[in-house]
Amino acid sequence: MVDFFTNTNLGIILVILGQCLLVLIPLLVALAFLMYADRKVWAAVQMRKGPNVVGPFGLLQSFADFLKYIVKEIIVPAGADKVVFFLAPMIAFVLAVISWAVIPFNDGWVISDINVAILYVFAISSLEVYGVIMGGWASNSKYPFLGSLRSAAQMISYEVSIGLIIIGVIISTGSMNFGDIVAAQDGNAGLFNWYWVAHFPMLFLFFISALAETNRPPFDLPEAESELVAGFQVEYSSTPFLLFMIGELMAVVLMCALLTLLFFGGWLSPIPGLPDGIFWMILKMAAAFFMFAMVKAITPRYRYDQLMRIGWKVFLPLSLFWVVLVSFLAKYEVLGGFWARWTMGV
Amino acid sequence: MTVAVFTFYFFAITTVTGGLMTVLSRNPVHSVLWLILAFLSSAGLFVLLGAEFVAMLLIIVYVGAVAVLFLFVVMMLDVDFAELKAEMSKYMPLALLIGAVILMQLGMALGVWSFAETSGENLAAPIGETQNTAALGLLIYDKYIILFQLAGLILLVAMIGAIVLTLRHRVDIKRQNVMQQMHRDPAKAMELKDMKPGQGL
Repeated sequence: MVDFFTNTNLGIILVILGQCLLVLIPLLVALAFLMYADRKVWAAVQMRKGPNVVGPFGLLQSFADFLKYIVKEIIVPAGADKVVFFLAPMIAFVLAVISWAVIPFNDGWVISDINVAILYVFAISSLEVYGVIMGGWASNSKYPFLGSLRSAAQMISYEVSIGLIIIGVIISTGSMNFGDIVAAQDGNAGLFNWYWVAHFPMLFLFFISALAETNRPPFDLPEAESELVAGFQVEYSSTPFLLFMIGELMAVVLMCALLTLLFFGGWLSPIPGLPDGIFWMILKMAAAFFMFAMVKAITPRYRYDQLMRIGWKVFLPLSLFWVVLVSFLAKYEVLGGFWARWTMGV
Repeated sequence: MTVAVFTFYFFAITTVTGGLMTVLSRNPVHSVLWLILAFLSSAGLFVLLGAEFVAMLLIIVYVGAVAVLFLFVVMMLDVDFAELKAEMSKYMPLALLIGAVILMQLGMALGVWSFAETSGENLAAPIGETQNTAALGLLIYDKYIILFQLAGLILLVAMIGAIVLTLRHRVDIKRQNVMQQMHRDPAKAMELKDMKPGQGL
């Protein structure tokens, strides 16, 4: 039996399929409650009650929404490019899902433990812009088109600074594997060993770039409801809209996972002596998501030229400078290799 | 059929289909989308060859940035297909000539192509100890550092050239001064007047 699952092609495929489901199903269920948490935080900041009707405390609101979306009618605008119109939400959803193939939740708990994991995630997140562009173009309507143009420029701009921030972390670790990156943050000092200390300013740059990359407020210009109605999503209804929404939220959660893995030590425990484990990872991701939700609730939307200016004229030079600085700090092993963890033999 | 062979044919077929449809499809936006499919499938072929770093770079640089700009431009084009078709017959002989020359060159190259009997077993690269990323880094940043820096310098010059060519300083338009905007405060920007009822300002 063990031989069937480790040596035959069919067995290996079945095992991988099982692993995928094991990641995907808890993720989608968690997403339903994260959506609820997002709305509750938003409501609490504005002194409203938020969703409180479906189920106890409104906990089942997301499932009710899900049902509502899938039984609604799918409307295709006249003159729309039908194939691209339906391809766009599928691409948005699939790309948001496949990044999770390389995200570890605990030591070794990962579907595909590849050596260029972080580049893979970066590559997939750079593809996510296509869902938005294609959706906006295929709708054959003005507002979606404007939204997709905005999103294309915005996502390309902020990818550059995210890439440079990631390079700083890679230099400190000497590897692009998430397991190695987390292992490099292990040490005697608990949470002060993590990269948020070593790469302190980049933590904020990464967080803000992640907001822009995932089109979250205050950078939600592609869908800005006050100017573009809902941007690229205007013409979408029913399940295609649901796919867009799930894809977007999943990208946000992925950014929470990245923030946790790169800067907050993944599954490592903050206090030396306590056991490491998946609950730390989930706790940190939930805390990161709370920050995303709070930012959505308390910040006003940026103006588009301000968004572009801050991306190209502030974040890009800062992160580029940081890469050069970290290279020097790592090369000369400043503070006993605080920025060059591979020299410390972990 | 092993998994490697199956994956190779899968990616090879999608690459060729993507390339073919890039040329054949009538809608320029569809062309770019097919081109992106071709890029992605060739990234898959790179992974199969054991060049995972190159594969990821191909996706990040070409699909994530270059093709987005392509799509960006093509989406805004207003192409008249009837006019294009009328012009096509005019350029057909030249295009055929170029095509024939390239086909001949390919034929000559493939005619003298030779490979070892055992190379068929190496469709998927063996996984070695040294990682591609480290090996590439050593080559580019240690052995060929001067050449690499020179290439970067040439690109920088090209970039500066493009900026110089398109930069215009217009004096007759209003510009925003961001620092000035950020340092405005209500005390200086507003004047509060106490109005008596029934009187104008």
